[in-house]
Amino acid sequence: MTAIRATNLSKRYGRTLAVADLSFDVEPGQVTGFLGPNGAGKSTTMRMILGLDRPSGGSVLVDGRPYAELRHPLRKVGALLDAKAVHCGRSARDHLLAIAQSNGIPAARVAEVLETVGLTAVARRRIGGFSLGMAQRLGIAAALLGDPKILLFDEPVNGLDPDGILWIRTLMRRLAAEGRAVFVSSHLMSEMAQTADHLVVIGRGRLIADTSVREFIGRSSQGYVRVRSPRLAEVAELVKIGELRPDHLRVTAMTPLEIGTLAARAGIPLEELTYVQPSLEAAYMELTKDSLEFTS
Amino acid sequence: MIDIIRSEWTKIRSVRSTVWTLAVTALLMLGLSALLGAASANSADEPMPGGDAVAMSLSGSMFASLSMAALGVLVISAEYRTGGIRTSLMAVPRRLRLLTGKIVVFTAVALVVCVAASAGAIAVGVAITRPPSVEMAEVVRASLGCGLYLSTCGLFGLGLGTLVRHTPGAIVAAVALILVLPPMTNQLPGEWGRVVAEFFTTNAGALVVFGRSGEYLGPWSGFGVYLAWIAVAVAAGAILLHRRDA
Repeated sequence: MTAIRATNLSKRYGRTLAVADLSFDVEPGQVTGFLGPNGAGKSTTMRMILGLDRPSGGSVLVDGRPYAELRHPLRKVGALLDAKAVHCGRSARDHLLAIAQSNGIPAARVAEVLETVGLTAVARRRIGGFSLGMAQRLGIAAALLGDPKILLFDEPVNGLDPDGILWIRTLMRRLAAEGRAVFVSSHLMSEMAQTADHLVVIGRGRLIADTSVREFIGRSSQGYVRVRSPRLAEVAELVKIGELRPDHLRVTAMTPLEIGTLAARAGIPLEELTYVQPSLEAAYMELTKDSLEFTS
Repeated sequence: MIDIIRSEWTKIRSVRSTVWTLAVTALLMLGLSALLGAASANSADEPMPGGDAVAMSLSGSMFASLSMAALGVLVISAEYRTGGIRTSLMAVPRRLRLLTGKIVVFTAVALVVCVAASAGAIAVGVAITRPPSVEMAEVVRASLGCGLYLSTCGLFGLGLGTLVRHTPGAIVAAVALILVLPPMTNQLPGEWGRVVAEFFTTNAGALVVFGRSGEYLGPWSGFGVYLAWIAVAVAAGAILLHRRDA
């Protein structure tokens, strides 16, 4: 069953349309990356999924029902929105205990999830003294409390050190491998390239792409061969299909060998002949360049 | 519902502000009773009558009402300040159930502490002033009345906190409605002025503390009027909680 289904979802704040007619599905057993520039409407969409914000139009179902109708929602859905949104005066253990109790989750789970995220040693310390990395782990512990089939993470790696990033990446892969639906937002394509199976890309609240990562790369960006030569104009004449840039020639339909052979036959010296890999980042920039809210 | 109550109990007992505001409440009740008791025992030639001694012992309720209101405000506004309200609403998306859980737990905690503090204040006051006789029924009524009054002042704060969602704003509103505005209404002119003054928030609510009757209201009907004020604040807060984005 589809884990999350958004249908024509919209959210308006005054005159600003934060999310516009957004439809997508999140399936179990994979990591779905929710990608878009800052201010694209990712967090707003996540809040609507979780019943925190009311959609201005459309609907979103979680496990086939509106979130607010789930009886013990944390047993179905776990979410990390803002790791620092916790009462600083409470201990990690009490914080998790209160959440567990509200959904009838046995208190023993608290110790288990603390162990999972590696916070057992600081369970009785006040959260106020936690670093961002520890707070992030605590937030993930809260999301895992009810052993949910559906997980949402809003920018989970923001502000984390490389160790923390690797840990979260591994955790998300593991959760998906266990058959859970993992929906994770990010504004960094490179991050998603290493974690996600599927991508939902939005810009200015609108859907730009809903595709597998592989398709996404293939469709929106091609590799090319970069050619430099002191006699660049002659090379361009020779290959005919190249795109002439100020200091190099960009060729998409030929291999370096073919270009090199042509140049050798004509006796033209080459300075550089490089195959440039298609970059996910470039594909993403290409896609979202029209939808950036603020550009420099 | 029992799950939510358990969870709210864990929340309220696990932060220091609860312990502090309750300790301040108890200290104000006992301290002012001792202070005023000692002052009147020194200045008066004859011992005070029992009823007066009990009433004097509860003078601290005027200020303790504010520390209870502050706790009531914090029960919800602290969640808005930290953003923890989103975690709470994710766990309990039926928002009115969440609010009900908070009200039940807060009221229970407040009643236990406030009735005990009131009884303690009376014990301290009576021990110092040594009136010739004290009616036990009067002591019980005053302890319960004062405990109820202080607890409902806290509920007033909880309602205002839900409405305003902002700790300083809600506390200012509570101070205004509980302490500042009521004496000001006493200056209103004419027959209607007197009605408004007597029905105004704690002017009506405090009648039950001292077992007095006003021109229109008795101790318990006055308390009923105060409860109506609180119900309006809580209901307005509940409607907004239900409607607003968290």
